[in-house]
Amino acid sequence: MNTVFKVALSLTLIMGSTLSFANEVNIYSYRQPFLIKPLFDAFTKQSGIEVNVVFAKKGLAERLVREGKNSPADLVFTVDIGRLNEVKEKGVVQAVSSSILTANIPTQYRDPDNQWFGLTTRTRSIYASKERVDLNKLQSYEDLANPEWKGRICTRSGKHPYNLALIASMIAHHGEAKTETWLNGVKDNLARRPQGNDRAQVKAIKEGVCDLSLGNNYYYGKMISNEEQSAWANAVHLTFPNQNNRGTHVNISGMALTKSAPNKENAIKLMEFLSQELAQQIYAEQNYEYPVNPNVAPSGLVQSWGEFKSDNLSLTTIAKLRKDAAKLVDKVAFDE
Amino acid sequence: MTFLAIQRQERPWLLSALATAALIGLPIVSVIYLALFPEENAWTHLANTVLPYYLKNTLILMLGVVTLTFLVGTGSAWLISMYNFPGKRWLSWALLLPFAVPAYVVAYVYTDLLEYAGPVQSTLRAVFGWQSMEDYWFPEVRSMGGAILMMSLALYPYVYMLARTSFLDQSVSLYQVSRSLGVTPFVFFYRVSLPIARPAIAVGLALVLMETLNDFGTVDYFAVQTLTAGLYDTWLNMGNLGGAAQIASVMVLVVVLLVSLERYSRRQQKQFNSRNPGNPIPCQTLTGTKAALATTAALLPVLLGFVIPFVVLTSYAFRYFDVSWSTEFVSYATNSFTLSAAAAIITLILGTLLAYSKRMNKHPITDAAIRISSLGYAVPGAVLAIGIIIPFAWFDNQLDAFMRATFGISTGLILSGTAFAVLFAYLVRFLAVASGSIESSLEKVTPNMDMASRSLGHSYLSTLTRIHLPIIRRGALTAMLVVFVDCMKELPATLILRPFNFETLATQVYQFASDELLEQSALSALVIVMVGIIPVMLLDKTISRQEK
Repeated sequence: MNTVFKVALSLTLIMGSTLSFANEVNIYSYRQPFLIKPLFDAFTKQSGIEVNVVFAKKGLAERLVREGKNSPADLVFTVDIGRLNEVKEKGVVQAVSSSILTANIPTQYRDPDNQWFGLTTRTRSIYASKERVDLNKLQSYEDLANPEWKGRICTRSGKHPYNLALIASMIAHHGEAKTETWLNGVKDNLARRPQGNDRAQVKAIKEGVCDLSLGNNYYYGKMISNEEQSAWANAVHLTFPNQNNRGTHVNISGMALTKSAPNKENAIKLMEFLSQELAQQIYAEQNYEYPVNPNVAPSGLVQSWGEFKSDNLSLTTIAKLRKDAAKLVDKVAFDE
Repeated sequence: MTFLAIQRQERPWLLSALATAALIGLPIVSVIYLALFPEENAWTHLANTVLPYYLKNTLILMLGVVTLTFLVGTGSAWLISMYNFPGKRWLSWALLLPFAVPAYVVAYVYTDLLEYAGPVQSTLRAVFGWQSMEDYWFPEVRSMGGAILMMSLALYPYVYMLARTSFLDQSVSLYQVSRSLGVTPFVFFYRVSLPIARPAIAVGLALVLMETLNDFGTVDYFAVQTLTAGLYDTWLNMGNLGGAAQIASVMVLVVVLLVSLERYSRRQQKQFNSRNPGNPIPCQTLTGTKAALATTAALLPVLLGFVIPFVVLTSYAFRYFDVSWSTEFVSYATNSFTLSAAAAIITLILGTLLAYSKRMNKHPITDAAIRISSLGYAVPGAVLAIGIIIPFAWFDNQLDAFMRATFGISTGLILSGTAFAVLFAYLVRFLAVASGSIESSLEKVTPNMDMASRSLGHSYLSTLTRIHLPIIRRGALTAMLVVFVDCMKELPATLILRPFNFETLATQVYQFASDELLEQSALSALVIVMVGIIPVMLLDKTISRQEK
C-alpha cells in the first residue's frame, strides 16, 4: 500500500508542477532556451521577476489554442514572421500599447495592430564553398535554379519556417507560377534529400557533399565561435543575395503577449526590457543577430561580414503567403 | 441474452469492462470525427501531394522491416532449435537482448558511428588517405535503407521469440516421419516446420509491423517521411489539425488490416495447439566450419542489435558523466519511473478486471469489450496523441467554464495540461499486454476453484483477491514489468502529450540526439536499456521452462 501511496503522491506533485507562482513570467518559446537565457538572467537581475521558459520546436501555437484561457503562458517567442502571424490569426495573442516598444522598434518590424513585435532581424543567406564556387555566378536566389548547380545544393526541409518565408517572398515578387518553376529548378539541383538544420548544411559543404546551402546569417557567427564547427565556417563564404536588385530576404525573431496572460504586467515589463539597449546588445553580441533597435549596432564580427541591402517587402505580406508557399513545397515534392 | 438476464453480481464487472472499452475506444473515435469534420479541409491537397508519398514510404519501410525481421528472426530461431554449436545455450538467451534497445536509440548510436565525422569513416580516411567525400563511397545511414536496418535490429526478437517457441513445440514424430521418407533437414524446415510455425511467425511479424508504423524517433532522425512523420509535420508544423487527423485515419486503416491479419493467424494457430507435443526434435551437432558459421550467424544480430549500442552508450555515459549526472537527469528519471510505474499498476488493475469479467461470463458484450480494449496496442502513439489531447482539452475548457460560472473557481487544464494525458495514452496502448497475459494465467486455474469458493459463500471479488490473485501472482508481475518497460521506451505519444516543463528519459534522449548531442543523453538511454533487460531475462526463463 505504501508504494501505491508514494506513486499517488508523486503523481500529484507532477501534476501540480504546472501550476504557476506569483512573481514570474511564463514563456512558450520556439527559440532554444540557451539562446535566450542570458537575456532572461539579465532581466531577473534587474526586476526580480523569475522567467520560466518552455521550449518546443513545433506545436506551441496549437497548444495555446487548445489551452484557451487556461494557458499558463504569458509570452510566445518565435523565430520567424510566419509563426508570429499564426498566433495572431489564431486569436491567442493581444495588442500591447507601450510607448517604449513603439519607440524602440521601427514600424516595419512590428504588427500594424501591435499584436506582435520583432526583436532581431536575420538574413536568409546563401553559404558557398570557398574552393568550388565562383561567386560571380551566384548573385541571387533566382540563380539557385540554374542548371549550373545541379547536384550541388543542400538545404533543410522546404517546410521549415525559414525556407517557407523565403519562398513566400519569391511568390510576392514573381507570382506563384514562376515561383513553382524556380522551386522545381532548385529541387533538381539538390545534392541530397532536405534534412538536418542550417548548420548541418554548412558541415556538408565542408565534407564535400554539396557546394551551396541556404542558411540564416547568424549561424556563421555561431560556427566561427565554436571549436568544432569553426572548420565548417572556414570552408564557406557567407553571401547576401540579390544586392543588384531588391535586396536580401530578411526575417525576424519576435514576441507576442498571449490573450490569457496570467502575469500580464510582468510580461509587458519583459517585452519592454528586451527592446531596450542592454538586451538588444546581448542579442547582437551573443547571438550575432541584427538588433531591431536602431540605437544598437550589430556586433563587430557581424559588421565585418559587410553592409548589405535588404528586401523591404512587408513582413505581413510574407506571413500571408506562408500557406501558399507550403502548398507549393508539397506540390513540387521538394522534400522527397 | 439481455442485460437483465445477467446475474446481478456479474453486472458491475460487465459494466466496468464496457467502461474500459469505451475509454480505450475514445481516441480512435475522436480521430475519425476530426478527420470527417475538419475546420479547414485539406484532404484534396493532401491526397494529391504528400499523402501518397507518406504512404509509399511507410509501405516500403514496413516491407523492408518485415522481410529482414523474418529472415533474421526465423533463421536464428531455426539454428537455435535444430542444431548444437558452440555458444548456443548463451545465444538462445542473448538473441532476445535487442528487445531492450528502442529502435530510435539504435538509430542514434549507428549514425554517431557511421556518419562522415564518425569513427568508422574517419579511420577509413586516415588509413586510405582520402580527403573528402568525393574520394570514396560510403552508404548513407540516414536513409530508408538505414531506417529498415535499424528497426529490424530492434524488432527481430518478436519473430525470433515466437518462431522459437513454435519450433520447440513441434513433435519429434513429424521429424522422424519426414526423415524416414528421405527428406533432408533443410527441406523438412521449409516444407514441414515452417508451415506449422507460420501462424506464430505471422503473429510476430504483425507485431513488428505495428511497431514499425508506430515509430517516430527513427524516421524523424533519418528524414524518412512516413505517415507518422507526416502526421507530426501536418499538425504541429503546418498547424493543420484536420489534415493530421486524416493522415491518422489512414493509419488506423492500416492498423485494422494488420489486426485482422494477426487475428486470422491466431485462429489458425488453434488447430496446431490441440496436438500432443511429445518429445522435441533432437538437435544435430555441428562441427568445424559449419559450427563456426552457425555461431557467427547467431551472434551477429546480438552484436549489432545489442552489444555495440550498449558499449557505445556505456562509454559515452562514463565519459560525459559529469555533464549528464545533474538534477535534471534525476528529475527526468523520476518522471519516467513514476509515470511508468503508475501506468503498470493501473493497467494491471484494469487488465485483471477485463480478464476476470471474461472468465465469469462468456457474454458477447464482454467479448466485444475485450476486443476493443486490445485494439489500443495496435494504434500508433502519434494517432493516440491526437485522439487524446483534443477531447481532453475540450473537456477541460468546458469544465473550467462551467466551474467558473457556477462556483467561481477555475479548474484549469486538469486532464490535458497534466501528466494524466500521458498516463492515459500508456493505458490505452499497453492495456492489451496486461489483460492478455493475465487472461492466459487465469486460464490455467481450474474453474472448480471458482465454484468451490463461490459455493462457500465468497463473492466474485473476494474469490479474485483470495484465490486467483495469489495463484496468478507471477504472471501478473511479469505483465506489470513488461508494461513498465514499454512505457519507459514510449516516445511518440509522450512527446506530444507531456505537460510543459516535463521531460522523461525518452524525450530527453530524443531532444538531445536530434540536436546531435547524443553523448550528453547517453546516460538516459542507458537507463532505458538496462531496465529493458529485466523482462528479457524473465522471457527467457519462460521459454527455457517450456524447453524442459
